[in-house]
Amino acid sequence: MEKTLQDVENEVIDEFSMFDEWLDKYEYLIELGKSLDEYPESSKTDNHLIKGCQSRVWLDYKTEDGKIFFTADSDAIITKGIISLLIKIYSGRTPEEILSSDFSVVDKIGLKENLSPTRANGLVSMIAKIKEVAALNTGIKK
Amino acid sequence: MTVEQLRENFPALDRKVYGKDLVYLDNAATVQRPRSVMDEWERMTMESNANIHRAVHLLSDEATRSYEQAREAVREHINAGSREEVVFTSGVTAAINLVAFSFGEAFVKAGDEVVVTECEHHSNIVPWQMMCLRKGAVLKVLPVDDRGELAMEMLPGLLTDKTKIVAVTHISNVLGIVNPVKDIIDICHSVGIPVLVDGAQGIVHSEVDVQWLDCDFYAFSGHKIYAATGTGVLYGKRKWLDRMPPYMGGGEMVGTVKFSGTTYAPLPLKFEAGTQNFAGISTLSPALALASGISKDPCLKENERKVRDYVLDALCSDKRIKLYGCPHNREKKIPLFSFSVEGAHHEDLALILDKMGIATRSGQMCAEPLMDRFGVTGMLRASFAPYNTMHEAEYFIKCLDRAIGMLL
Repeated sequence: MEKTLQDVENEVIDEFSMFDEWLDKYEYLIELGKSLDEYPESSKTDNHLIKGCQSRVWLDYKTEDGKIFFTADSDAIITKGIISLLIKIYSGRTPEEILSSDFSVVDKIGLKENLSPTRANGLVSMIAKIKEVAALNTGIKK
Repeated sequence: MTVEQLRENFPALDRKVYGKDLVYLDNAATVQRPRSVMDEWERMTMESNANIHRAVHLLSDEATRSYEQAREAVREHINAGSREEVVFTSGVTAAINLVAFSFGEAFVKAGDEVVVTECEHHSNIVPWQMMCLRKGAVLKVLPVDDRGELAMEMLPGLLTDKTKIVAVTHISNVLGIVNPVKDIIDICHSVGIPVLVDGAQGIVHSEVDVQWLDCDFYAFSGHKIYAATGTGVLYGKRKWLDRMPPYMGGGEMVGTVKFSGTTYAPLPLKFEAGTQNFAGISTLSPALALASGISKDPCLKENERKVRDYVLDALCSDKRIKLYGCPHNREKKIPLFSFSVEGAHHEDLALILDKMGIATRSGQMCAEPLMDRFGVTGMLRASFAPYNTMHEAEYFIKCLDRAIGMLL
């Protein structure tokens, strides 16, 4: 059976619980960032830019079969790792699934409170953008 | 005094971050506060909390005395000719805004010119831009070269009979190079142009004598020189301040107020409208006493020089690192280092260093034109204070190497 969004959220929480040290979490995020699918240069436009980040973050998406698929990039690798983590959880889901999530996963893995204020704002902006995209696409046909 | 003895004055330096010893290298933004400053703040708050200058009761008298003692401490520290030339503000930004507005009102008209440099903090750019917009004046820029040194040979060509004022930083908050402000002032004065010096970093890292410099204005903030935040100083020559209209109207700054018209208080109160930050301003006395003691201490001087040389050499010899602000003469460099690493974002580096206990600054550092000049979106900056030890410098270099290794 296909994993639910909640399954994936729990997997991520489990994975992060293995790290005692913050630097290990960062190393993991850096690896995630490096493994993110290539994002087309042509989509690095201002309308895809997420505000509130010290580094630049671009987020784009397409819909297919009633699901939303996100692509993203950042010029900072840890930020890229964070957005990659969000994509791992929320990409390929229906708008309704995304909107049903309380996004508490980012709190549970300790990301939010341990980021610098500017980066935490960036994370909040990323989540807001994902929610916005989901809300915009509710009820799309399969 | 040893560095360890100096550190005992700063409770914040003992704290831990993420279970590690704090290594605070963001001193160019805000320096940590010594106990003497906190004591003065507490004394003013607990014992002498009353509006200054106006009331006749004892608390007001005490507060006024502390506030005016701070003015005398500042006057002495920068060797101003008189206390009337020392105006208190909320910081260097407020001080420069004051001059840009009031000087602009008095002396600048359409078609006139203002000169700033490429290595200015936004606080010494935007107020002038706003004034130029208001007055129809033109802002001109003296560039820096690849080393970060001002292109002095271009200065005379920028000065015309329309130039009304030149505003220059004593030491750039990004490049950490002591600019030749004395030469700039002499050149400008030879053609009758006044000069404002942004001393936000200069007041901390050089001995400032405004009469020797002969600058027309010198502005600095308290929180970079151990005093409370929300405090600042504008030194201005009386001949200018006398002819400038007030920046803000309100209490304190008046002579008499009638609906038919108002006269203004004499200097410096003409520029100190409203209830002042008297508790904060009073902390300038112990803060400047400490700063002065530090600058005269050969042992602390020697440590600061050693730390600068060590970090400068370590950063310059690392091929992965591009350092901005490398003067021909290293004695012109203060222990403030902004750099970038090809392939590693400044924010990533700052974030990893933070988790190693090291506080640095990343980003544009309020100097976007300078970022553009060097073709970067931001930099990482480590700025040292006299209380930073050689051990901390070595730990920083070691951690930086590890952080770069994680990212590349």
